[in-house]
Amino acid sequence: MKPFTFERVRTPAEAAAAAARNPGSKFIAGGTNLLDLMKLEIEAPTHVIDVSRLTLDKIESTPDGGLRIGALVRNTELAADERVRRDYGVLSRALVAGATGQLRNMATTAGNLLQRTRCPYFYDTNMPCNKRNPGSGCSAIGGFTRPLAVIGASDSCIATHPSDMAVAMRVLDATVDTVRPDGSTRAIPIADFHRLPGDQPHLDTVLTHGELITAVTLPKPIGGAHFYHKVRDRASYAFALISVAAVVQRDGTGRVALGGVAHKPWRIEAAEAEMPRGAKAVTAILLAGAKPTEDNAFKLKLVERTLAAVLADAKGAPQ
Amino acid sequence: MQRPDELEVTRRELLVAGTATVAATIVPTLGRADVPATQPAPATAPSTESKVAFTVNGKSYQLEVDTRTTLLDALREHLHLTGSKKGCDHGQCGACTVIVGGRRVLSCLSLALMHEGDSITTIEGLGTPQNLHPMQAAFIKHDGFQCGYCTPGQICSAVAMLDEVKSGIPSHATVDLTVSPKLTDTELRERMSGNICRCGAYSNIVEAITEVAGRGK
Repeated sequence: MKPFTFERVRTPAEAAAAAARNPGSKFIAGGTNLLDLMKLEIEAPTHVIDVSRLTLDKIESTPDGGLRIGALVRNTELAADERVRRDYGVLSRALVAGATGQLRNMATTAGNLLQRTRCPYFYDTNMPCNKRNPGSGCSAIGGFTRPLAVIGASDSCIATHPSDMAVAMRVLDATVDTVRPDGSTRAIPIADFHRLPGDQPHLDTVLTHGELITAVTLPKPIGGAHFYHKVRDRASYAFALISVAAVVQRDGTGRVALGGVAHKPWRIEAAEAEMPRGAKAVTAILLAGAKPTEDNAFKLKLVERTLAAVLADAKGAPQ
Repeated sequence: MQRPDELEVTRRELLVAGTATVAATIVPTLGRADVPATQPAPATAPSTESKVAFTVNGKSYQLEVDTRTTLLDALREHLHLTGSKKGCDHGQCGACTVIVGGRRVLSCLSLALMHEGDSITTIEGLGTPQNLHPMQAAFIKHDGFQCGYCTPGQICSAVAMLDEVKSGIPSHATVDLTVSPKLTDTELRERMSGNICRCGAYSNIVEAITEVAGRGK
């Protein structure tokens, strides 16, 4: 690990200000991803700002019937919250599909959104990677691509976003609330929060330096049957090859988002109009324009079949 | 191909060079604590000198550590509580599992400095050879290990996992999210998937945990 200075802060404003003073700084909360990357010197902050004791650890009902999830709510607490289990089952399912008990006890809501990719070339510091070292090239293109993106990628990067939670939040139309060093706040729709790689794959999200996530807000519940089907190489404790987050209404309409296929949770609202017509029709629109490699072309069929399984389950599910 | 005797650096020289590298990386860090006069004074002065106070197994400790010290290294190298093991040091194996504030966590993926005021329980705090924790006794009875390296993590994880089930926390194996989970074999295996056993003592580990869970009903 590269040396760094360390600071504890007491308020979100103090955190943002501390970050503004230190251009090479990073916030730390759960630490499960950042510390791993710091040990590998993929991340090398010169200053670490401990935000883990900020009072952003509550899940509160909003006036319009939704939920405001504090940035520091641990994945375990969020998955176990009675309101989330009852009204936002897809989110609870996605959370428990990720990582392990120990990691979910540590990982925070904001930190989960800010996870870096698990592309093997991002982790291999001997290999060029535009996300790790901008302008150095992409080793994944033409390399081992089985776990990587099939859509929305660029000539610079074909990494995927690893979060399960973010896929469920995308299907629920969540909003990410932030505060910036100048004190201004903004509410970023989750659809706009994560970026496609383009020619700047080192930027995972639209956050600016020092901008701190304070909460994630869910709109009021939309009912329906909730599903999160994750397909992976092991039965537990593995990242998704693909995942399907879906909310299906009794009349067959609904919403669907995918994990494991792109640089961000993948949802095309136009595809959802096809849900009553079945998985093949939905997938045709959802993954239109996909550019898989020989090694990961299986993901297209896997998405269709997993969605078909979800829609079949939905027919027998209580609403 | 280069023969070993042609290597220009001896092992001893390499060790000395390694030490020098460590020293060299620490010096500029100390230098960084001097905040340039043009910058406004921060509310809390940032520093590489780093103190932390927490409780381990009921005993209070005050430590001064390099900022990079993980909770695991603080426990093992500073407090000499070597029960918690360093397996992968990347949060993949679970050997470093300890209990912080009642919850199982990976001590290798946490900085010691992040635990100001925390109450930490390690395998040494669960039981002693004369007075075993029921989970330790069950692991011995059911032969829930071979080499024993993953065992402290397995036991800390299992003890805290049973509390998670009691407080109704769901898992990937939970069929109905609206009712309290029961500790079936499938639930137990899913909930313990963060603790890897290279010897493959899993079936005996499951028996040991199942016995303790049954006793607690």
